[in-house]
Amino acid sequence: MTTTTDDLTIRASSEALLKAPTPPKRRNTAQFIRWVLLFGGGILMVMPLAYMISTSMKWPWEVYEIGLIPEEPTLENYTYVLADGRFFGWFINSTVIAAITTISALFFDSLVGYTLCKFKFRGRYIVFIAILSTLMIPTEMLVIPWYMMSQSLGWLDTYWGIMFPGLMTAFGVFLMKQFFETVPDDFLEAARIDGLNEFQIWWQVAMPMVRPALAALAIFIFLGNWTAFLWPLIVTTSPDLYTLPVGLSSFGDEADVAWELIMTGAAISTLPTLVFFLIFQRFIIRGVVMAGLKG
Amino acid sequence: MARNPSSDAPNSATATAEPAPAFGGLTITQKRTIWAWAFLAIPVLFYVVIRFYPTANAMVLSFQEWNLLGERTWAGLDNYQVLFSDPVFWQVFRNTFMYLLLGTPISLVLAFIVAYHLDQVRFMHGTIRALYFVPFMTSAVAMAWVWRWFYQDVPIGLFNNALATIGIPQIDFLDSTTNALPSILAPAIWAGLGFQIIIFMAGLRAIPRSFYEAAKIDGVSTWTVLWEITLPLLRPTIVFVVVLSSIGFLRIFDHVFNMTTANPGGPLNATKPLVLMIYQTAFDSFDMGYAAAQTVVLFVILLVVSLIQLRLLKDR
Repeated sequence: MTTTTDDLTIRASSEALLKAPTPPKRRNTAQFIRWVLLFGGGILMVMPLAYMISTSMKWPWEVYEIGLIPEEPTLENYTYVLADGRFFGWFINSTVIAAITTISALFFDSLVGYTLCKFKFRGRYIVFIAILSTLMIPTEMLVIPWYMMSQSLGWLDTYWGIMFPGLMTAFGVFLMKQFFETVPDDFLEAARIDGLNEFQIWWQVAMPMVRPALAALAIFIFLGNWTAFLWPLIVTTSPDLYTLPVGLSSFGDEADVAWELIMTGAAISTLPTLVFFLIFQRFIIRGVVMAGLKG
Repeated sequence: MARNPSSDAPNSATATAEPAPAFGGLTITQKRTIWAWAFLAIPVLFYVVIRFYPTANAMVLSFQEWNLLGERTWAGLDNYQVLFSDPVFWQVFRNTFMYLLLGTPISLVLAFIVAYHLDQVRFMHGTIRALYFVPFMTSAVAMAWVWRWFYQDVPIGLFNNALATIGIPQIDFLDSTTNALPSILAPAIWAGLGFQIIIFMAGLRAIPRSFYEAAKIDGVSTWTVLWEITLPLLRPTIVFVVVLSSIGFLRIFDHVFNMTTANPGGPLNATKPLVLMIYQTAFDSFDMGYAAAQTVVLFVILLVVSLIQLRLLKDR
């Protein structure tokens, strides 16, 4: 087999996956059966998504047909759902909120991770343990006080109200601290001698060296915020401010469900992440591995 | 940027600092300490105000009575007493552990089997891996709608339509007290499987090849290799996956809320997990103290389950 994108993906996917040796040669039939079962399982895994997309392209009279391929595929449902305006607004809300929280969390998580890794000062161990200990606290325990806080500060039903809990993440601090360990102190010392101040050393010297970790963390945080449900559900009341998951969920109260339109809505809130995945597949897989092995 | 001549001179890297205009005679260590706290100032404030204070607040609130409008009045252990004598709570408690006790082993075994075999497949490896991973990238709410549609009665639902064509009577998926919980669990397992597969594959690849080569020379069977080499060496990965997936199933909410919308947690509370009970107590009934007590119980359950698992799986 020549070099395919699959091979490239494997090679780039992670340090651990890199070490993959050529598997031992086996009896071909056993290997073939194994491959067919694995591939079949994979197809089963994506069937719900395939049905979602196929139904979103069906006309109402064809929705209850089992066939996967629409007889007369149409984008009418998409035009209808997007022209309605609500979905478009929710899409914008989700994107803006996920983008801002991702930027903020990346900035602060790596700043704190760097500080706790590269500065020796009294109290740094306490700060690290304190931040890490927040990982033990379930969000569900915090939403009630957050709601009370938002209510008294007028943050209910605002962008800020949806975003504020996610501006920093303890997991990100931990991950970034681990990765800054791999940056040699000599580089930082050299930059110090060159006259850069501590902020510049972090931003211009250390940050570029942990780019893969930043990319992985960015994907996690963005995806987490894009699909977040509980807190946005609690903090928003006006439909204009709903995020995509909350908006999609709000159709649950309607008695009559137009399944082809619901599937279109589901597709609109899923397709961007799928496209994103197809483009950045190797980063995402590597990110999962990194987070998994380091976490 | 202005160069600071005295502190930038190469020989001043020793801790004996010369007086510098900007920081007035501080040592390099002291300056770096100031920088460190400057970097940490906003984050420390954030963690105190957005994480620690609310945690303490929730704990205090769990001993109080409050409906969001009136005064917060002291109630002692009342909330906990009411909770532990509430039959709905025990139903919810059972449900929560059903999600955990069914979900974690099933997803663990499935993920391991797929990862183990996928590890040895070369042809289209990346594509197959992507097929398994893609559901992890979806939003639980969107997928809840897809699966809800699958579970509908004939002529709407896909599953019942498929069953009908082969002559099997229709199955009541979401409206039956026995079927609803597994029906909701299935998409939750489906969505998380890809993540666990990737973690297992990384764990498998991290096992040194020399162990396998030695076993091959000794002529050991595949099963023995699996039980004696692969699984024991994979223990850290297994611990990680078990803890993470348990926490996930104990905190299940999105799937349940969105698949039983007309009657969240129904039918007859048969699918209601603890987080949904918390949500309803706080934001439907506005019984904030009672809800806070439930969150404290959730916190304790998560803590105990994680500690037990780390203990059992690590020191053996």
